Amino acid sequence: MNAIYLRRKAVNRVALSLALGAAGFGLFWLVAILWTLLFNGLSSINLALFTENTPPPGGEGGLLNAIFGSVVMTTVATLVGTPVGIMAGTYLAEFGRGAKLAEVVRFINDILLSAPSIMVGLFIYEVVVVRMGHFSAWAGALALAVIVIPVVVRTTEDMLKLVPNSLREAAAALGAPQWKVITLVAYRAARNGIITGVLLAIARISGETAPLLFTALNNQFWSADMNAPMANLPVVIFQYAMSPYEDWRQLAWGGALLITVTILLLNIGARVLAGLGTTRK
Amino acid sequence: MTEIALDLSEDVTVLRRARRQRLQDVAFRTATLFFAVLVLLILGGVAVALIDGAMPAIRAFGVGFVTTEVWNPVTDQFGALAPIYGTLVTAAIAMLVGIPVSFGIALFITEMCPTWLKRPLGIAIELLAGIPSIIYGIWGLFVFAPFMQSTVQPFLIDTVGQLPVLENIFMGPPYGIGVLTAGLILGIMVLPFITSITRDVFETVPPMVRESAYGLGATTWEVVWNVVLPYTRTGVVGGVMLGLGRALGETMAVTFVIGNAHRISSSILAPGTTISASIANEFTEAVGDVYTSALIAMGLILFLITFVVLSAAKIMLIRLQRKAGA
Repeated sequence: MNAIYLRRKAVNRVALSLALGAAGFGLFWLVAILWTLLFNGLSSINLALFTENTPPPGGEGGLLNAIFGSVVMTTVATLVGTPVGIMAGTYLAEFGRGAKLAEVVRFINDILLSAPSIMVGLFIYEVVVVRMGHFSAWAGALALAVIVIPVVVRTTEDMLKLVPNSLREAAAALGAPQWKVITLVAYRAARNGIITGVLLAIARISGETAPLLFTALNNQFWSADMNAPMANLPVVIFQYAMSPYEDWRQLAWGGALLITVTILLLNIGARVLAGLGTTRK
Repeated sequence: MTEIALDLSEDVTVLRRARRQRLQDVAFRTATLFFAVLVLLILGGVAVALIDGAMPAIRAFGVGFVTTEVWNPVTDQFGALAPIYGTLVTAAIAMLVGIPVSFGIALFITEMCPTWLKRPLGIAIELLAGIPSIIYGIWGLFVFAPFMQSTVQPFLIDTVGQLPVLENIFMGPPYGIGVLTAGLILGIMVLPFITSITRDVFETVPPMVRESAYGLGATTWEVVWNVVLPYTRTGVVGGVMLGLGRALGETMAVTFVIGNAHRISSSILAPGTTISASIANEFTEAVGDVYTSALIAMGLILFLITFVVLSAAKIMLIRLQRKAGA
């Protein structure tokens, strides 16, 4: 009896220590990655990084054209993807309750959410780049938009479902048609949540590399032409980090730090906003 | 009835407004439906585009494409066996690391962690999920791979590499980059995905069930192993499958550290390649229709594999949800 008791206690202690170790292990990598990023990236954060274009090997330069390209393509992708995502999410939450079609859409959307992003790149390559005959910033932005859509669909649906039905019924009782109930009442109640979803989507695409590799490609020079290949941070980081040139690698670290800080800020901002939404209800 | 009809006919503007609003309702509803169907069309479009792009390679190589290892752009001979093998092996290594560690973290968060620490820890895990894969890649190439080369791999070669049978798996010079390094980085990357789902499903266990077990004198470990885990089995497996889907399709982190060598070696210390890494590395350089098509055909294989894995994951999670809801 006593032996069994001691053994059970020992097993418990070992298992819990391992769990504690696992938690420490997980946190260790987060800290390790952020630390090396700061350590290697901070030294390349200077004014030139934001004011000069990507240099040839051995030259002086910054990441201005890449930052610009990333911002442009992310903006276009968000502007294209968000309305699509919100409308589809609205269908799932408001009209599709119990409908077979809604179930299928939800299922497929969740698969898109986790699907390898490189396939999106291949898809846009086939339907846009091949048709147009050349790589372009439009193709890159479209590829990113395809990644935005499932994220926004998911959060919009979840957030609209949190809006109490009594609000909708109250608006309907006042004689408002359903589209007004949704746009003026439900959207407003779910606003913070939906914006959170959009922020998370932006965070997701600002680091995406694979879908841009063969859509937007890259550009050594300044370009604001959406019909031409455009420089962007992730692909520049990829090329520069894989290169044998020390100063290119240094720029890659700077870009990596820039992207990570942006994404962490977007994530934290989204979380804060989501927190505001729940306390007000 | 007639009275209402009379009222309406007396006030034609009300009737008109009602009709207009009904039209607007239908228009809005149809618009949302259109975009919902668009989501389906995107996935369908991905499938059609990949099949279409893969046709030249399928026609040229047939089934042999997935069973041959040769990858020769000069003679236009392509086989996807090495990348498929690399994809499966790296994902397997990732799962070997990721599953126990994520399970431990979820256990820690749900059963051991003081309440004030739960939220920050959860957020930290989710931030880890937000770090883009290219960051893992650059970190892997410049920090983790050198560490593997100088410390871990020599150690593995000197210890388990000397044993019979195992020597084939841990053989060769310590390159730093290679299948093992890629697998381990994938393992770190899938941690947050598996952990957050495992934690969520652990919390679907009704407190009554959990407390009853504690009331009978069970230790924390016994509660988790004998009560929580059986109750949430489908959900946990769903989370693991979701992580597996990520590991199979992950591109950039692997591309940086796997070495991009189209061959199958018994040693996991040797460089290899995966489907996504080959596509990322070679697509823009691919000359000729057959080469490009071969890469797209590999994308199609990846699509099929991840579609099956992710569908299975989703179905299992839905099943647990139904159970929790009932």
